[in-house]
Amino acid sequence: MGKDIIIRIGGEGGEGVISAGDMLAQASARAGLEVLTFKTFPAEIKGGYAMYQFRVSAEEILSHGDTFNIVVVFNAEAYEVNKGLLKPGNVLVYDGPDAGIDPKPIEGVVQYAVPMTKISKVDLSSPISKNMVALGAVVQLFSFPMDSLVELVRNKFRKKGEEIVNINLKALEAGAEYVRSNIKKSDRFIVHPTKPEGDAILLSGNEAIGLGALVAGCEFFSCYPITPATEIAIWLAKHLPKTNGIVVQAEDEIASLGHVIGASYAGAKAMTGTSGPGLDLMTELLGFASMAELPLVIADVQRGGPSTGLPTKSEQSDLFLAARGGHGDFPRIVLAAATIEDCFYLTVDAFNLAEKYQMPVIILSDGSLAFRTEKIKRPDLAKLNIMNREVYSGNGEFKRYEITDSGISAVSLPGQPGGQYIATGLEHSETAAPKYSPDYHAMMTEKRFRKIENIEDEYAASEYDGNGDEDIGIISWGLTQCSVREAVKRCREKGLKVSALYPRMVFPVPVKAIRKFASSVKKVLMPEVNYQGQFAELVRAHAGINPIRYDIYGGLPFTPEQIEAKIKEVI
Amino acid sequence: MEVTQQLKPKDYRSDIPPVWCAGCGDYGVLASLTTAFSANHASTANTVLVSGIGCSSRLPYFVTTFGMHTCHGRAVPIATGIKLARPELKVIVVGGDGDNFSIGGGHLPHVARKNIDITLIVMDNSIYGLTKNQVSPTSRAGMVTSTTPYGSPDVPLNPIAYALVYGATFVAQSFSSNARLTADLIGQAMNHKGFAFINVISPCPTFNKVDTFEYYKPLLRNIDEVHTDKGDKIKALSLAMTMGRESATVPIGLFYQENRPSYVELLSGIKTRNKGTNKPDLEKIIDVFKL
Repeated sequence: MGKDIIIRIGGEGGEGVISAGDMLAQASARAGLEVLTFKTFPAEIKGGYAMYQFRVSAEEILSHGDTFNIVVVFNAEAYEVNKGLLKPGNVLVYDGPDAGIDPKPIEGVVQYAVPMTKISKVDLSSPISKNMVALGAVVQLFSFPMDSLVELVRNKFRKKGEEIVNINLKALEAGAEYVRSNIKKSDRFIVHPTKPEGDAILLSGNEAIGLGALVAGCEFFSCYPITPATEIAIWLAKHLPKTNGIVVQAEDEIASLGHVIGASYAGAKAMTGTSGPGLDLMTELLGFASMAELPLVIADVQRGGPSTGLPTKSEQSDLFLAARGGHGDFPRIVLAAATIEDCFYLTVDAFNLAEKYQMPVIILSDGSLAFRTEKIKRPDLAKLNIMNREVYSGNGEFKRYEITDSGISAVSLPGQPGGQYIATGLEHSETAAPKYSPDYHAMMTEKRFRKIENIEDEYAASEYDGNGDEDIGIISWGLTQCSVREAVKRCREKGLKVSALYPRMVFPVPVKAIRKFASSVKKVLMPEVNYQGQFAELVRAHAGINPIRYDIYGGLPFTPEQIEAKIKEVI
Repeated sequence: MEVTQQLKPKDYRSDIPPVWCAGCGDYGVLASLTTAFSANHASTANTVLVSGIGCSSRLPYFVTTFGMHTCHGRAVPIATGIKLARPELKVIVVGGDGDNFSIGGGHLPHVARKNIDITLIVMDNSIYGLTKNQVSPTSRAGMVTSTTPYGSPDVPLNPIAYALVYGATFVAQSFSSNARLTADLIGQAMNHKGFAFINVISPCPTFNKVDTFEYYKPLLRNIDEVHTDKGDKIKALSLAMTMGRESATVPIGLFYQENRPSYVELLSGIKTRNKGTNKPDLEKIIDVFKL
């Protein structure tokens, strides 16, 4: 095997593309390999083109990669979508000859026909097992760990009964057997399982956010379902009650943030998960939470916008909304996750920051990250620092909104005698009485913003990778960081002098780190998946530097190849 | 816990004076509320008053309990969050007809059907007062206001029918100057398990010149004279649908009460929440992702 293999499976939504891919990825992870998945699927319930891609390697994987090495197509549409991407060295595995796919020979592309439909329909009389036939063929062709897969199939279908288990195992074996008897392997791709690690876990971005919330001490989650964020709720609905927490499905996004605000006032660590259209609806209450200084966490799993936009595709275009959305001047913190590990650890950070600074914290993820699964090191809970808001001691006069140097004032919780106060959206005095005089509004606005004035000194807002004298420096945020990491590695291998800054916090803009970084390079490049260069705009406004922008906005994340080409172009 | 000495109604009043106009019906509701608190030994530390926006929504500042003055129309979901997170607290929402039936109208069906254990007191004056004389969802048809200078084209919403149909388990109506009945209904609502709804007709002397104290007084009837089976929802609905029209009367008192498990009782997770002894096994949950 080369360093790694990228396999893409394409077919019609509902044909089992995603579940076949999931099982193969999981079997590979179990066999000790690194895996990283990337899926796109239609916004419709049935039909439309669905794609599942996964990258497998014996070494660390940085991003979803440029394109595929092997493509497996279940139907003619999947073939049509992918045929233009076939390059010398690629392998095409297709459902033939009965699926209406008629591939023309391409120089250097190895083609294998496996009659998936015929085997499942005719030989096995079980048309729904086509994906398992395909899986069996793929496993045999590229030497994936069949034992892990068999075990996985048994576990997955055990609940449905022995008969279903057997149908699936038979289909798997039929696919493998077809390859053994009929195909002479003429490509170079072979998977070599390594030694399995004992402490790895495999999870998606949305699941990692759910787990992070649970570990951070989240006690209350309320949401309104929205793609691509819903899995956070689905996972927490199952597991949060085990920690005596609650998950509520609200009547709308406004109500869900309302629930969270009430729960937070009552003392619970509370969170909601949504996507752009939902965050739009929440902005009024977001301002209220910041004004009333209530800790809470919002996970915004971005999709393409505006309006309904691209429900199942991703974009990094909610940054302005997260950082700037809402009327009036109010502080909030915005973190951006790049990887599955980030989804977990940044969610823990989000709760800690919310508690410490008593304000809303937004975590930005996106559709591609939400559905991607990756193997990560099992978190060591003993090493996690979990913070709680400063609570009124019960001694002395209680001033809920006391003017302090840090801007932070102790909070009381209902039930605490002497701690009675009105959490209010009106401008107020230190004791929360309505007060709208100019001096009070100025004093209280400053108090609220003072909380995050020096946050960059207290929170590891960004990671720097460089020596301090590069020709070009790249600042990126969110999922784009993955492709940047891979592109930077490749460029350095080719002798280019490239450095990178990876902000974890995108608002407040980590100005100190960005200015220092900009002064260490000749040019700054900022790739983003949106039209307006939203982070570049914030960086320009806050840090006073003028980066070279590179914006894409088709609903797909950057490939390392795109970043690498741009670096070479502007260096 | 607080010392459980019974407080007098005035002990529940804060030193912030109400901002309401002279003669406003909301004074009566505030007085009835503190009377009910006193009569029911309400703890100022364990009671939370939540409001949205509007004249009546200023009420939490005027009492000494915990409170929240939130966004227009959002008091009900915020109160829901408080109650779900801390079921032992008494949570009461106060606000106006615009707040709860118009901008916040989308929340009422759900708090009612879920039977969230909170009390909602609507101070219904059939006008927008804080923004100075605009039509409200309970304004009568044809009413002339600043935004309906040629008369309102809208049919008014029926608060009692609305609450009954959506599944509220305690539905009552009162009149703000009838302090005894209002305080009594508030006390009953606070002790009711589940969602309790009280519509208090609370005239606005400044902007609503038709639905005045004088207009209502001869129409008010104690509902108990004609309706004793409080579990009869159809009768309650029938009374709600005909009041003020065919019968030319406005019934006040308890329309309906039902025992149904509250949302908190039905939720998984919350039952053991406040025991505080069973430490969750996070490692076991992480095992879900083990390869």
